[in-house]
Amino acid sequence: MIEHLPVLLVTVPIVAALLILLLGWHDSRFCYPLTLATILFQFAGGIALLIEVMREGTIHYYLGGWAPPLGIEFVIDTFNGYILPIVLLLALATAVYARRSVEKEIKPEKIVSFYVLFQLLVTGLVGMTITGDIFNLYVFLEISSIAAYTLIASSRKPRAYVAALNYLVLGSIAGGFVLLGIGNLYVATGTLNMADLARLLPASYGLATVHTAFLLLVIGFSIKVALFPLHLWLPDAYTEAPSAVTVLISTVMAKVSVYAMFRVIFSVFTTAYFVETVPVTELILFIAAVAIVAGAVLAIAQEDLKRMLAYSSVSQVGYIVFALGVANQIALEGGLLHILGHAVMKGCLFMVAGVIIYRLGTSSFSDLKGVAATMPVTCAAFALAGASMIGVPPTIGFASKYYLVLGALEAGHWVYAAVLLAGSLLAVGYIWRFIEVAYFSASSHHEGGDHHPAPGVREAPLSMLVPMVILSILCLVLGIFVDPLMKIVAPAVSLLLGGA
Amino acid sequence: MEAVLEAFLSHYNYGMAIILMMIGLYALIAKQNLVKKLIGLNIFQTAIFLFYISFADVEGGIAPIYLPEGMEAIYVNPLPHVLILTAIVVGVSVTAVGLSLIVRIYEEYGVIDEAGLLKMVKRR
Amino acid sequence: MVDVTGLLPAVTVVIPLLAAVMILVSGRHENIRDGFTVAAAVAMLVSVVAMLPSILSGERITISLIPLLPGGDLALRVDAFGMVFALTAAVLWLLNSFYSIGYMRSLKEHAQTRFFFCLAVAIAAAIGIAFSANLVTLLVFYEILTIITYPLVVHVETPEAMAAGRKYLAYLLIGGIFFLAAVILTYILTGTTGFVPGGFLAGSAPPLTLQILFVLFMVGFVKAAWMPLHGWLPAAMVAPTPVSAFLHAVAVVTAGVFGIVRIAGWVYGMDLLASLGLGTLLAVIASFTIITASLFALTEDNLKRRLAYSTVSQLSYILLGVSMLSIAGMTGAMAHIPIHAFLKITLFFVAGAVIVAAGRERISDMKGIGRKMPVTAVMFSAAAIGICGLPPLSGLISKVYLALGAVEGGVPILLIVLIASTVLNAAYFFPIIHTMLLGRPDDERSLDSVSEPPLTMLVPIVLTTVASVLIFFFPSMPFMDLVEIAIGEITGSVIP
Repeated sequence: MIEHLPVLLVTVPIVAALLILLLGWHDSRFCYPLTLATILFQFAGGIALLIEVMREGTIHYYLGGWAPPLGIEFVIDTFNGYILPIVLLLALATAVYARRSVEKEIKPEKIVSFYVLFQLLVTGLVGMTITGDIFNLYVFLEISSIAAYTLIASSRKPRAYVAALNYLVLGSIAGGFVLLGIGNLYVATGTLNMADLARLLPASYGLATVHTAFLLLVIGFSIKVALFPLHLWLPDAYTEAPSAVTVLISTVMAKVSVYAMFRVIFSVFTTAYFVETVPVTELILFIAAVAIVAGAVLAIAQEDLKRMLAYSSVSQVGYIVFALGVANQIALEGGLLHILGHAVMKGCLFMVAGVIIYRLGTSSFSDLKGVAATMPVTCAAFALAGASMIGVPPTIGFASKYYLVLGALEAGHWVYAAVLLAGSLLAVGYIWRFIEVAYFSASSHHEGGDHHPAPGVREAPLSMLVPMVILSILCLVLGIFVDPLMKIVAPAVSLLLGGA
Repeated sequence: MEAVLEAFLSHYNYGMAIILMMIGLYALIAKQNLVKKLIGLNIFQTAIFLFYISFADVEGGIAPIYLPEGMEAIYVNPLPHVLILTAIVVGVSVTAVGLSLIVRIYEEYGVIDEAGLLKMVKRR
Repeated sequence: MVDVTGLLPAVTVVIPLLAAVMILVSGRHENIRDGFTVAAAVAMLVSVVAMLPSILSGERITISLIPLLPGGDLALRVDAFGMVFALTAAVLWLLNSFYSIGYMRSLKEHAQTRFFFCLAVAIAAAIGIAFSANLVTLLVFYEILTIITYPLVVHVETPEAMAAGRKYLAYLLIGGIFFLAAVILTYILTGTTGFVPGGFLAGSAPPLTLQILFVLFMVGFVKAAWMPLHGWLPAAMVAPTPVSAFLHAVAVVTAGVFGIVRIAGWVYGMDLLASLGLGTLLAVIASFTIITASLFALTEDNLKRRLAYSTVSQLSYILLGVSMLSIAGMTGAMAHIPIHAFLKITLFFVAGAVIVAAGRERISDMKGIGRKMPVTAVMFSAAAIGICGLPPLSGLISKVYLALGAVEGGVPILLIVLIASTVLNAAYFFPIIHTMLLGRPDDERSLDSVSEPPLTMLVPIVLTTVASVLIFFFPSMPFMDLVEIAIGEITGSVIP
């Protein structure tokens, strides 16, 4: 059983998705427990795989017993062994959170298909994470993308259709670029297995085909991770999607796309290629710095909580790509830490936004005055996760910022380190928008107006509150126990840099 | 000049794929009608498919079918064909989702061109 | 110097944190909630005092909590200098707790649970700063202190308070970023951030780098409110008075100057500072701040704002002491931390008492108020005299050392600064005393409703004043003894 775990992580949920469809047709009450059970299984499997990898080293699983390079293999090493539990933890939290949120934001007749697509999205992302075959990566990428387009469109708001279509067009172009890049790699080497590619590519580093492939893949994934200025699909998609979907795509999907980008750049091309053969690190750093600042400035300018958080994602992606640009051990440790940290804190923040929409029906700042009085736990969760976003010690956000700046300074990138620090200051600008409105809104006390933004507003239901609070506490706990965490992150980074 | 021409002619299949791609991207960007945009996306994807199929070709090769004992033949590379089969499925799915979204947009807003849609979205 | 491992430092930090949680939980029952505040204050004071004998015998108590980041574990180490700050904060927090309870209840302030929760976390952070064993730990607690005092500053939630809060946050967080940069840079240069008596930076980098690093640290410790980066402090005066007292005496600004002294004595070392010429830089900043802030104070009619500028000016005495780079100067600097804290908290307590009992904030409205609140007014006069440096109050002690330091350090011009500042102090305090005690109200009947504040407020006022007198008569117990040990630690010599 345990040796087949990698493939079970992908096949079981696909079967479960079918089952949800069939049983849900009969009675939609089956959907939620089935989804939860499946993701719980996946999460346990993800943890088991991580432990196995930490103990025994890299796991290779040959699909159908066909050895690579002919067959497709799943490879779990320290890097994706680290990413996989993050993905599944957030998926689990979102699944728990989704039930009440979905009842409110999605038409009843669409709930069954919501759970089916939810399951497929998670499966596609898990597949992307563990596959060792680059074309397989593309297929899983498209599976998750198509599920994401439809999930975004499942909202009651008609604007979501437009957002979904925009995302579909840009996402498909990105997919096309990735596909074309893979084709070029195949032309250059005749293989699709990532390990094999890494072995064969150095011989043809000089070829225009390889350069083209690199460029296409990087642009394709940059659209997928919404790297400024290729982020145009993101704000609308995040804002208009049902809250549970926003949580899922802003955390899990965004992070897996980043993973895929790192995987291709480091494990297929290796640092030797993109640091020495085509020196693009300076350019990447520049783009990342612009992303950090521009995303934060745009976030500050927003009048709606959800949209503000969406732009904040644009900024935060910059931090992770920043690590890619510095490309040394410490900065990458910070980058990988930020993949976890940002997933946890942004998940929590979007959950807060979802809870507020659930209770108030709006997330526009002007309607949220004094909301902390009626929803104290929700707002406290926001404050904690927000502090992590700003990088207040001892949260996880601080730890990743510390590593990133340390790495950048060690590599001699003084100016970029300063930009990073300034960017984290800009985060105060947008996080504080909500804190001020929710906690210290003058109107609620001094003009004799009523304390409550709307009559009957209460704290969120328990099933939404629990995952949200757990994530916010994680921001703090991970920040304090960051050293044990580094025992997982450091080998992953060594693995990424090992190709050099 | 001659060398460039030479390079182009020897790889004219790539050239055609790129031209097709550009046509697709042009339609995607310049066309106002959402359905035409989606057609542009399809052209873009098809160009990539053709790129794959064309580089799989071997001069004088035949379809890779198992031949009886004693018969020899050159096969074209079957792998890209298999890959593209998958990619076509992906493309069809994307088109289906895209078209149904456009149907929904038309139902909601009563428009099917981008400028009109922007106006409608802003008005609400 | 013996290092012993002990749990007490961690316990001291955890006590107020636990209290904070209990305050949140028991928020609906006023008396239970405030009971936790007082209980924690007492427990923390006991725990600090319990460490005093071993510190006085020359030991240092250390505990490493968990490995945190490259450059430093989350580690605490109680040494004599940290003890000076911790003892001051613990004693004043206890008094401030009683005072806050009296103040908040008298004025029926809103959101009291939030208020006491934040105060408890803030004091934990302040103690953490005092006990930090390295720069990383210091940074962690320093930033926590910044964030957690924000709700206190904007407590009244008026647009004016929100604007002040933004200013407060902007100054302190930008400062925090500079501090972070400085910490990381220190780590890159030396591979460590642990405090070493006498400093550890010497010879690690070219002078220019170290000079820039020092400027980063200085901007980082913007909490010390040196000019021209003092703007946040007067703005933060919109907060309720117990918060002002807390900011000015117990924790925040003290944390700033504490940090600068720490950097000077335990990261750079006085010799390195002298060879880099940084003493002159500090002396210029400090002298400028002392004189300018006193002039600003003269023009303020709002009592709390005048006191705020007085704080800005007084804090720079500490910087001035450091800048002399002499043993006497450093002694004066360290001694001035508790001395100023005790005096200034009395003044703020009185300002708050006048608000509660008479509802007045402007000095010009306080004519003759001393007739109705004689105890309060007399205590104010005493503390003001103390700040001016007149006997029999503790202010004289630090001034004498600073004067000695100026002579010893060979910079007699600083003596002129000290004298000028004393004159200015008198110039902005004596009119207040005169107004309060001798002034005649424009309308005799307006004072009818005025009386002494409630006992929970009056008793702390008297106690802090008495403490200042006691420090004058028995300086060695325990503050000067602690300072002496700390000076011995960083210089290897004894106080003159």
